[in-house]
Amino acid sequence: MTATTSSATATAREPRAPRRGARGRAAAGPLVIRRRPRRNRRSVTLTVLTTVMLVYTLLPLAWLVINATKTQEGLFRSFGLWFDGDFALFDNIAGTFTYGGGIFTRWLLNTLLYVVVGAGGATLLATIAGYGLAKFDFPGKKAVFAVVIGAVAVPGTALAVPTFLMFSNMSLTNTPWAIIIPSLISPFGLYLMWTFASDAVPDEILESARVDGAREFQTFFRISLPLLAPGIVTVLLFTVVATWNNYFLPLIMLKDPDWYPLTLGLNSWNAQATTAGGEVIFNLVITGSLLTIVPLIAAFLLLQRYWQSGLAAGSVKG
Amino acid sequence: MAVFALVFLAPIAYSVYLSLFRTQLIGGTTFVGADNYVKALGDPQFWSAFGRVALFLVVQVPIMLFLALLVALAIDSGRLYGASFFRISVFLPYAVPAVVAALMWGFMYGTRFGLIGNLNDLLGVSLPDPLSSDLILASIGNIVTWEFVGYNMLILYSALRVVNPSLYEAAEMDGAGQLRIVWAIKLPALRGALLIATIFSIIGSFQLFNEPAILRDLAPNAITTYFTPNYYAYSLSFRGQQFNYSATVAIVMGVITMVIAYVVQLRGMRKGA
Repeated sequence: MTATTSSATATAREPRAPRRGARGRAAAGPLVIRRRPRRNRRSVTLTVLTTVMLVYTLLPLAWLVINATKTQEGLFRSFGLWFDGDFALFDNIAGTFTYGGGIFTRWLLNTLLYVVVGAGGATLLATIAGYGLAKFDFPGKKAVFAVVIGAVAVPGTALAVPTFLMFSNMSLTNTPWAIIIPSLISPFGLYLMWTFASDAVPDEILESARVDGAREFQTFFRISLPLLAPGIVTVLLFTVVATWNNYFLPLIMLKDPDWYPLTLGLNSWNAQATTAGGEVIFNLVITGSLLTIVPLIAAFLLLQRYWQSGLAAGSVKG
Repeated sequence: MAVFALVFLAPIAYSVYLSLFRTQLIGGTTFVGADNYVKALGDPQFWSAFGRVALFLVVQVPIMLFLALLVALAIDSGRLYGASFFRISVFLPYAVPAVVAALMWGFMYGTRFGLIGNLNDLLGVSLPDPLSSDLILASIGNIVTWEFVGYNMLILYSALRVVNPSLYEAAEMDGAGQLRIVWAIKLPALRGALLIATIFSIIGSFQLFNEPAILRDLAPNAITTYFTPNYYAYSLSFRGQQFNYSATVAIVMGVITMVIAYVVQLRGMRKGA
């Protein structure tokens, strides 16, 4: 794994440059090698076919954006994929934040709390443990590896019911801890960090740092941490998505709407339509959904460079 | 490690413990040994739920992985206009929470202000209702495919990026066409990544819960309380208060999942060797 930071990319490209030059000279000789002769030709047919797929993935998102601009009545009277006469996006956003005494803001803050503490903690633990497993030998390492791989395979939801029963005996249910503690463990994050650390941090560098008298903590913060950055960003993004999108765990752990995360709150708004006497607020459900996904999509788009290289490293090993 | 024990090992141990007992209103909690397991294995509702996710697995996972593979190969071929735009756009649904995805598709499926309703009005036809009990599983399959096709595409695409391009050049010099290159170089290079993606998809299918649970508000008649094994375990615990039996169902399902994932892994590795 090299092409991560801009300086690393530059150094990684340098060795290739002379080869290209050599090839240019070779072109004058008898053996003519064109550089990737066919691979760079663009194909309209293929682009059109892939566009079909693109429409499939983006259409629902477009639907969401369009319908977030409609009033409750507008939703019923207008065509789903085009705008209604009334442009009510800003009213809907205001409505989402004020409905039910501003409970949406509370849910947003809850989600942020679970994400920052849960996903942040999970990333920290995965980084330390993954680095430790990749770079230090200790007895029983193989057993730990087996347990981690096994843990990746255990269905999370199969654990949720027993965890609930256990937490309710410890009277942890209906508190934020019930969400945060299970989120702290991410076997997949640990696995990704482990494979990433094995590749990204060469043993030789650690050796020479130790020879120069650096302590383990110094080595970790000064040398390993910067090398691990793309892996950390990847694990962070994926744990953030997992926590932000979590539904099952909060569903069984929380009874009090004051502790709901966004996902649970949105579904409770939607369920109002089918309960007797509940107010139908589909326009707010749709706008709320849009507001829920915007931060995540923004994060993914802005941090593209990091998570794509990090994910590549993880999947190569696997 | 202490947190790991608290979150992983303790619940497993606790649910095994629970599964061996039965709580009754009269007589309290008694040790019943393997009775709950015998009950689960002979429970038609459990097997109906299991059959449903098995069908889902056999149909949805291959479709999703095949689509992911096609897109990954198309993007990697270097013959697309705007390849990186395709890559990020196809991936985006992964960032959408299952709840939002299910709500969104649920509304679109709906006949009141959904697209199906619009099409019915526009064309004067009546399309089959995707939320009816006949089609609900296919509708859920569509939602899950939409959510995860990009994620799987990215895993496969990353695996393709590490193939040494000189292999392609060598193949072309030997006169191999693009399809031949895909077949002889790219697909073998993808074996490991495909295996990982398959295993994750199997685990995901067996734990299917969010989508049916959310669509239930929109289609209460089509989704039963034992629609998937997880939903059944959930209903047993939180509607029926049958905690012991619920723990048993969760364990049985967990064991089945692990066995199948393990078998797939073994088979995949043997082929790779």
